[in-house]
This record gives sequence, C-alpha cells and structure tokens, in this order.
Amino acid sequence: MRLRARLYQQIRHFFEQRDVLEVETPLLGQAASTDVHLASLCVEAENQYLQTSPEFAMKRLLAAGSGAIYQICKSFRQGESGKRHNPEFTMLEWYRPGFDYLQLMAEVAELVNLLLGERSVRQLSYRDAFVAVLGVDPHRADADVLVGLAKRHTGYVADGDDVDTLLELLMSQVIEPTLGCNELTFIYDYPASQCALAKVAVDAQGAAVAQRFELYVEGVELANGYYELTDADEQLQRFMADLDERKRRGLVTLPADQKLLAALQSGMPDCAGVALGLDRLLMLMAGADSIRDVITFPTDLA
Amino acid sequence: MANYSTNEFRSGLKVLLDGDPCSILENEFVKPGKGQAFNRVKMRNLKTGRVWERTFKSGESLEGADVMDLDMEYLYTDGEFWHFMMTDGSFEQHAADAKAVADVIDWLKEQDVYTVTLFNGAALAVAAPNFVELEVTETDPGLKGDTAQGGTVMC
Repeated sequence: MRLRARLYQQIRHFFEQRDVLEVETPLLGQAASTDVHLASLCVEAENQYLQTSPEFAMKRLLAAGSGAIYQICKSFRQGESGKRHNPEFTMLEWYRPGFDYLQLMAEVAELVNLLLGERSVRQLSYRDAFVAVLGVDPHRADADVLVGLAKRHTGYVADGDDVDTLLELLMSQVIEPTLGCNELTFIYDYPASQCALAKVAVDAQGAAVAQRFELYVEGVELANGYYELTDADEQLQRFMADLDERKRRGLVTLPADQKLLAALQSGMPDCAGVALGLDRLLMLMAGADSIRDVITFPTDLA
Repeated sequence: MANYSTNEFRSGLKVLLDGDPCSILENEFVKPGKGQAFNRVKMRNLKTGRVWERTFKSGESLEGADVMDLDMEYLYTDGEFWHFMMTDGSFEQHAADAKAVADVIDWLKEQDVYTVTLFNGAALAVAAPNFVELEVTETDPGLKGDTAQGGTVMC
C-alpha cells in the first residue's frame, strides 16, 4: 500500500514536470470497446458499461483540444483472472500530441527506469523477436508452419485457427517469457491484422505493420502503446469489422462509440498514446509473484 | 458427463483428454496484451501417471471424466487380479489388475482400507493409506554402528 502511494506520487511528479495534465473520465460509459478479445462488464441497472480502458473518453478530450493528458484509473475486464490479471485493475494511460510511437517509447522507458531503477533499453521488431526465438517471419509464415510450432512448443492442438490466433499463442507462450531479462524490451510493428487502434504503415521489408508497441520487463507485459489512428472512417470500419466478428463468434454485440467517431470526425491531433498496468509495475517493484500480492483486496476478497 | 470450460478448471477436476482420464493440477490464465486469451494447463494423466502440459484457448471445454476415488478394503489376490470391497456396507467388489496395484503391491495387507480410483467403473489405480502397519518377519543382522545416533553434528 505504501509502495503504491509512493508510486502514484512519483508518476504525478513526472508528468507535472513535463506539463502533461492529469484528467479524470467516466468509468461507466454508454458505449463499450468492440475488441473481440475484451469482455466488458455491463451495469444493467444503468444499461452502461464499465470501461475496459479510458481510451475513448481521453481521445474525446484530445479532439477537444486538451493537449497532453494522463490518467490513473481503474479499468474492468470480465473474466480476466490469474497470476497477472484481476478483473478490476489500475491503469496509467497517457497521450502525447505531436509524438510518434518511437518518441513515446523513449518517454515510457524514462518513466519506467525512474520507477524500477536504471535498466538498458532494447527495441526489437515483432518480426525480429519471432525470427530470434522461433526462426520464422511472422508476416509471411503460413498457418501450417505456425500450427507445427504451436504443437511443438505448447502442446496446443490447433482447430482451424487463424494466423493471428497462432501468432498470439506463440507470442504469449513462447516468446514473452524470454523478453525483458534485466532490461526493458520494446516489441514494435505488429502485424497489421492486430492493429487494434493503431495506424497501419508499410515497413522496410514491404509488410503492412501496425504502428504499436508493447513493453516487456522480466517476461511481463507492462505497457501497450499506439501511434493513434486519427481517421474517423477507418475507425468506423474497424468497429464494424469487430462487430461482424463478434456476431460470427456468437459474442454479445455492443454499441460502437459514436461519440468517439464524432470526435475523430471533428479532428483529433496526431498523437501517440500508451496504457501501462500499474499493478504489474508494482509486482515488479515488490518482487511479487502474483498480482494478488499488490492489490488490497483481490477480486475474490473484494 | 458434463463439459467443463477452461474457467472451471480447478485443481483436482477430472477431465478426458485424448480419451485418457486426467486430473487438473494447475491452470494459468495467459493473455497477450491484445488478442486471444489462453489457459496453460498442467494435468496428470491418471492412466500413465505422466504430467501433461497443454495450452487451450480460454473458453474451450473438455469432457468430464467419470473418475471416482473410493475407500475399499483389500480382500485377496488370485494371481491375476487383486480384489477390493467397498466399505460403505454395499459389499460391492472390484478387481484391479497388476498395473493398477503396481504402486502399492508391496504395501497390500488384507483388511486394510485403500483408495481405489475407478474410471468408467473399472479400477484404474490403487493408493495406499499414509500409514501401513506391517510386521517385520525377517531382517538381516545389523552392522555395528548402523544406528540412528553417531552422526556428525553439522553447524
């Protein structure tokens, strides 16, 4: 508890010095994330959703001209419980107008090094991480090769899975544990099919990549950042594609956030944004093995 | 049998994997930053005793295995099978083969109670109680100094 209190002070000091404004946005919203792999908790009495991250509301502030902003808040994800997951968790999210994702990676490294102690920083493309650990180019490998690797490394029996599911399996089960050993490892340029809310570009080898990054420390995924998508039409298409996929999988369909679309339409500045899991950061600071150890009352005791 | 989803996998739950009954040992939720969530599951194959580690997509399910641990009294062996009887008053008898009793064969004593694991009604394994009182009937003469005392004190 003391560690957490001091952590928040340090974070607030860090952003104050850099003129990044602390903001607060609603935890309950009329819309929810359409992400196929996120399940929102619905508060039925209000017909509203507990937010899986403050992203949409913060982007509305950016479009309204807030300038650089950050927030420390709770986020909620249904069904996520485990050693590194609690359905209710604390997130630090911040946005930097005028930054691209490379500049933001540098700022994330500064903050994390300030909090965890100096470590060297390594940036590794998603492709290079796969090549180094598994010997395949993730942007070109076909499903058969990935099915074989999944079986060999994790005993996973593939069942008509798409390439992204197989890549996500190999990333989270095989590659992640090797990342961030005594250093901060940033993985960047994900397959375009895993773009979420990031801009897509073509990299030097001609592959379409999502301009996003994740930070790993001691095999723990700590942060996830984007060079933010600002195009309203593209955003609408991604919402629709998510909702189609949700329907295909028999998941609840959710209201797409029209207010975010309107904000993008009115113009959101070019910016990069990142979300960092503060409970996991505390785990690393305290040398804790489970997220339970750093949360006052974990979900089963809440 | 019912199906169990990965979020119902608790230590001790018995499920069928590749046709073999398995007991769940550990179940860890693993999710990449974005994308599909998985469960990394450790389980003991109750037929072979081997520990398997498998990864499933979160929400996948496995069929439950009809496995029961029951207290039974050991009766006798006919050389091919070892016969046990339920202690619940039903006098129901079950025969276990050499494979099922392999772990306890040196500790079998008539009228003692053992835990017999039944899979689809057939004895799969037999476990001994923590303590078995056996009488020493023959022993080699001890060597001088072969006692519990006399060890070197390590500091």
